[in-house]
Amino acid sequence: MSQDMSDDKLPQAHGAGEGHGDVAAADNPFADPGLPPHEPRRTDIDERAAKRAERQVSLLFIVSMLATVGFIASYVAIDPSKIVYVFPLGHINALNFALGMTLGVALFCIGAGAVHWARTLMSDVEIADDRHAIEADDDVRADVIQKFKTGAAESGFGRRKMIRNTLIGSMALVPLSGVVLLRDLGPLPEEKLDVTGWKEATPTNPIRLINMNTNLPMKAEDIGVGSLTFAKPGPSALRPGGLQESDEDFQEAIATDALMLVRLQPTDIKDPQSAALGFEGVLAYSKICTHVGCPISLYEQQTHHALCPCHQSTFDLSDGARVIFGPAGHPLPQLKITTDASGYLIATQDFTLPVGPSFWERNA
Amino acid sequence: MKKLSARRRHPLAALVVLLFALVASGGLYAAFAPAEKAQADSSAQSLAIDEGKRLFAVGCSSCHGLNGQGTTMGPSLVGVGSAAVDFQVGTGRMPAQQPGAQVPRKQPIYSQPEIDQLAAFVASLGPGPVTPTKDQYTATETDAIAKGGELFRTNCSQCHNFAGAGGALTQGKYAPSLENVDPKHIYEAMQTGPQNMPSFPDSTMPEKQKQEIVAFVRYQANEAPNPGGLSLGSLGPVTEGLFGWIFGLGVLIAIAIWVAAHTTKAKKS
Repeated sequence: MSQDMSDDKLPQAHGAGEGHGDVAAADNPFADPGLPPHEPRRTDIDERAAKRAERQVSLLFIVSMLATVGFIASYVAIDPSKIVYVFPLGHINALNFALGMTLGVALFCIGAGAVHWARTLMSDVEIADDRHAIEADDDVRADVIQKFKTGAAESGFGRRKMIRNTLIGSMALVPLSGVVLLRDLGPLPEEKLDVTGWKEATPTNPIRLINMNTNLPMKAEDIGVGSLTFAKPGPSALRPGGLQESDEDFQEAIATDALMLVRLQPTDIKDPQSAALGFEGVLAYSKICTHVGCPISLYEQQTHHALCPCHQSTFDLSDGARVIFGPAGHPLPQLKITTDASGYLIATQDFTLPVGPSFWERNA
Repeated sequence: MKKLSARRRHPLAALVVLLFALVASGGLYAAFAPAEKAQADSSAQSLAIDEGKRLFAVGCSSCHGLNGQGTTMGPSLVGVGSAAVDFQVGTGRMPAQQPGAQVPRKQPIYSQPEIDQLAAFVASLGPGPVTPTKDQYTATETDAIAKGGELFRTNCSQCHNFAGAGGALTQGKYAPSLENVDPKHIYEAMQTGPQNMPSFPDSTMPEKQKQEIVAFVRYQANEAPNPGGLSLGSLGPVTEGLFGWIFGLGVLIAIAIWVAAHTTKAKKS
């Protein structure tokens, strides 16, 4: 029906566009010019040219096969630690180079052979295929609708309301079982996000700050103005040996416990609260960015800025690690430090704020 | 040994022991005492300070003050030590040509003897890190490079990049590439913390660890093989991706255009 109507609306199209372009009417400048006449290829008319193209395609495929054999042979034969000089790549692992080249040639030759085959030997006769409506014709549609209505009536879906409603109810409840299973994603974090390895530190049982380089405790005078030192927690009740790289959970623990120790001239510290948490200008900040938890330690000693390498959040360590640029939402937590009787730097309490990125239940 | 112990009660034993003790203490004194030569050294030292002071007055005092006390243009040099001078002047950073976010490295202006004289003068202003000797910055152990790599990744790579290629900091400042830096200057930079680089004093990073880092940086710059070839400046995934997208895809597109531009028809039009 719709086809009939559109035909009626386009009377001009009738007659003029029937068939191909060479019969285009002079009064219609936009008539379909049709396909240009078919031109044969050399390989269509010259059997010897066709044979040559066939040999070329086969040659490409054979080169591909040889390259694959070469790939396997290099994998077996070449010493993985051998370094060779290849211009312009420089010194390069011989095995990597051989594997890359042979696999590259093998894949390239398959593609090049296929393209050459299609261009020279496969039929290139132009074909026009007219478009047609996607919808089915009226008879088929009426038949399908009739069958659907019959089926619905026979099932009694509309008439027996109790069956219909309980079916909807059961279908709606099934997905709940999947939702409940989400609980198996892991134990609840409990207080894990709020505390760090420094939580065992108390005024009576302090934890010493251990230098990451030397694995030894530090005194305040070891930390010069303008220097940068990284530290981790020393022995505590929970970890009698202190946090060691050989510990099974070292990576997990250092991801919350890592400290960045800097020393500022006490007159340069703008935030008195931050100065009070430090010891004579030695400030211990969390090394973990409050944005997404990257280790942050690009410290500029003259501006006292610490920069995060991931998203360029910048913290002013002279002003309580206030965020002065970038996406981080909180200042870096600062650990309260002091010294013990022997002069070593110690922590007497955990961070007062949660370390690392924000989370839903974050209190502060 | 038996002979010796048998004669320990000989009347002359005490005399012999005394003689040995005298010779030993005299020898030790001769070995360690500051001899006349040391005095000659100190006069050479004061000569160097005088020469350095003259050079300083001409080349440095306009910013750092006639006595290195610092002005609004440049910081005080009291207590920066000879290592800082050797680094700053030896890498050409000082004298600075113009103020800016960061003073860049350039061809050194002073010769090494002149630098030593300047360093002697600045060192005389106050105690500070001393220019290291070759023994101090040269690692001897065979595992130094491996240990240095670990220390480098903990302490240096955040700014200087995992391969020492350098990187950007805030507001025009940057961590320079370590590729062609003299081992002595790498050591001095860690000791003194030039410009915005924090220092890594011996109290938190012992001399041996600095040697190891120097060994790693030199290895990385000179000998480290590159298993993949074509490091693209070791700048990480950004340059690698850019290269892949622009050159890799570009070559493929060029090949596709070349293929399409060449007709296979017998009659060329």
